[in-house]
Amino acid sequence: MKKALTAAFNWTILAGSTAIVCLFLGIILFDIFSKGLPSVSWDFITKFPTDGMTQGGILPAVIGTLWLTLITTLFSVPFGVACAVYLNEYAPPNALTGIIRASIRNLAGIPSIIYGLFGLALFVQGMGLGTSVLAAGLTLGLLSLPYIITTTEEALKQIPNSMREAALALGATQFETIRDVVITRALPGILTGVILTLSRAAGETAPILFTGVAFYINRPTSSLNQEFMALPYHLYMLSTQHQSIMEVRPLAYGTAVVLIGLVFILNLIAFYIRYRHRVR
Amino acid sequence: MTTNLRRRERTDWLLNRIFKATGLLTIAVLGGIFFMLLYNSVAFFLDIDPVDFFTGSQWKPGGESAGYSILPLLASTGLVALGSMAIAVPLGILTAAFLSELAPSHLQAILKPVIEMLAAIPSVAIGFLGIVLVGPGIATLFGLQNGLNALNGSILLAVMALPTIVTISEDAINAVPDSYREASLALGADRWATLFRVTLPAALPGLIAAVMLGLGRALGETMTVLMATGNASAMPRGFLDSIRTITATIAIEMGEVPYRTTHYFALFAIAAVLFIITLVINILGETLANRLRKFHA
Amino acid sequence: MKESKLSAHDLNMWFGKKQVLKGIDIDFAERQVTSLVGPSGCGKSTLLRAFNRMHDLSSDARVEGTLKLDERDLYDRASSVTETRKRIGMVFQKPNPLPKSIYDNLAYALKLHKFPKEEIPVMIQSALEESFIWDEVKDELDKPAVKLSGGQQQRLCIARTVVLRPEVILMDEPCSALDPISTGKIEELIVKLKENYTIVIVTHNMQQAQRISDKVAFMYLGEVIEYGTTDAIFNNPKNELTQNYISGYFG
Repeated sequence: MKKALTAAFNWTILAGSTAIVCLFLGIILFDIFSKGLPSVSWDFITKFPTDGMTQGGILPAVIGTLWLTLITTLFSVPFGVACAVYLNEYAPPNALTGIIRASIRNLAGIPSIIYGLFGLALFVQGMGLGTSVLAAGLTLGLLSLPYIITTTEEALKQIPNSMREAALALGATQFETIRDVVITRALPGILTGVILTLSRAAGETAPILFTGVAFYINRPTSSLNQEFMALPYHLYMLSTQHQSIMEVRPLAYGTAVVLIGLVFILNLIAFYIRYRHRVR
Repeated sequence: MTTNLRRRERTDWLLNRIFKATGLLTIAVLGGIFFMLLYNSVAFFLDIDPVDFFTGSQWKPGGESAGYSILPLLASTGLVALGSMAIAVPLGILTAAFLSELAPSHLQAILKPVIEMLAAIPSVAIGFLGIVLVGPGIATLFGLQNGLNALNGSILLAVMALPTIVTISEDAINAVPDSYREASLALGADRWATLFRVTLPAALPGLIAAVMLGLGRALGETMTVLMATGNASAMPRGFLDSIRTITATIAIEMGEVPYRTTHYFALFAIAAVLFIITLVINILGETLANRLRKFHA
Repeated sequence: MKESKLSAHDLNMWFGKKQVLKGIDIDFAERQVTSLVGPSGCGKSTLLRAFNRMHDLSSDARVEGTLKLDERDLYDRASSVTETRKRIGMVFQKPNPLPKSIYDNLAYALKLHKFPKEEIPVMIQSALEESFIWDEVKDELDKPAVKLSGGQQQRLCIARTVVLRPEVILMDEPCSALDPISTGKIEELIVKLKENYTIVIVTHNMQQAQRISDKVAFMYLGEVIEYGTTDAIFNNPKNELTQNYISGYFG
């Protein structure tokens, strides 16, 4: 009898903990979507804010986030994939490789606000890019680099050596082997990692705070040296900085829905690619 | 050798160097961040005595009676992070135990995406919930004017650290060889004794690694604490006090501070302290996780 | 007929600190099939892979000695590994078609090596014919190569090697992953191919070595113990180890 009670108790705390974790997600999604969805409409996404941002849409923030994500991609993907290729295909097991790997691990653990400081010091001030969508995109690119490297290397590791040998034995150079066989075969895995990393970058706020994000701009970002609005910062601003916070709360909820929606769509795409190309 | 062949081999050689250069770039980035923090911190300590920085009691930058003590910020950072671990560690490890030892596979197939979705939610959205949902709840519960305090931050950071803790703990528990469990069961221990006395202790290094990496995440988080903890830079006395972490301080003040002033350098100095703390914690976590991997390989 | 097409002289090789090939001296005659036999771990595959420099990628492998294709030193600094591999083709233990169509598996290397575009289709057809697989695949050249059966994949891999018109074909237990019928087809193919190519094959199968080879080298613990005509090795071995191995006492 005592034993059965203990078992029931133990089962309850384990399942209960899991239920609480699920509940967290449930509460977050329920609160944001139930209060935010009514604010979201086609106009909300495609119109400019009006009346001191108490009315209207979030178009410039959507465009800014797309710009930002694009720059992040263009910077972090080539460098990240190349570095992963180096580590998995070329790097000899020596001290230098050890240092590179240690650097990547440590870069992944650095708080995002410190990337913000680095972006400010290097891109905004050092390289004279000023506060701009380019500086902010590059900053997010640096932040994304370790994740792109790690996920790409995982994907490259899945490619059996017999594939590399097949191409090399035909007289392909090592680079040709990597380009035509290794990367081609690893592409779905690489893509999954890239999309997941970008979904994380798109939701980041701290690194863009001092590198170019703006409270409000009256025309959409159209060049690299312009300041920009971004969805996560827009949400932060509407919920803490706006002069009539309670009045704009529906807009804040709507922005949260769009931001989380964007992130989830990217995750779903990654999930789908992984499912379609899972190793059989 | 034909020209085609020579060109291909030269391309190969060149690309090899380029790939290697991108590897070196990662060292340069880490080195650059390190140098930036060091350089500006040195500039700061030329103005301000390190003793004051580490022992004073006030963060009141600028003005006549400026105070540059990291202690209230450090205490805030530590308080909110430890609070979050007090919530996330038991929840996370028990959830991981449930996932790997009890949950049937179809339930696992549902729960894993739930954990991944939780990890995917941007920190600014979690901070937003701290303002509109968790904070008001805390205020009502404790009869406060508002709920923007350390407790709020701890709850939110716990939510953010949970996916890390659950995932790594689950790996650690899965890595415990079945022979351990079988030996325990064969000796007459029931499944609970096996779980609590054999499996979880055997997974301990991995569980500690999970906690370390979760803690690293909580310490370095900016937006959530910036939005949900009230941003009072006084020395905190308890979980119901408003606090101001290192990350939030940088986020608030860097935007307004004049370039290359003591205040400006001060923000790099506190960033350097945060950098060192998270670095040590992450290295400890990684080392434990690696040892675990080798142990079970 | 030249006596020596491919040769190793005083070849020593290490993986890390472990010596895996010891003082190998061997010549392979042109347009003949030579089998390398011996127990697992004796170094026969390692020797085979030394000739097309497949060890280049493993950083702990060290090769000393002279390996020659005709008069060309394969490990000389001036010698191109890419060209070496084009002239010395290789077929592996497990069929490893590239993740491309049947046609592109053959076209791939032709394009890399810049063969004239208009000749490529003809070269592909004749290679497939030469490898006894043309009739089976001629209507589905666009099909992914991985959809073929194991035996067909291996013949495709041979065709892919043959299409480059190499001088030597190295084969590393090409039948060990195949059923007896596919094995029979490939053995038949090997005997046919020797009219045009010098073939060195690693095999575990003594009957196979006897059926297809002109000469046999018996290796043990990284050394060539005995090397001679198939007849001499199987019917009149001089060394006791060879005797024991071919009569199945160990292996």
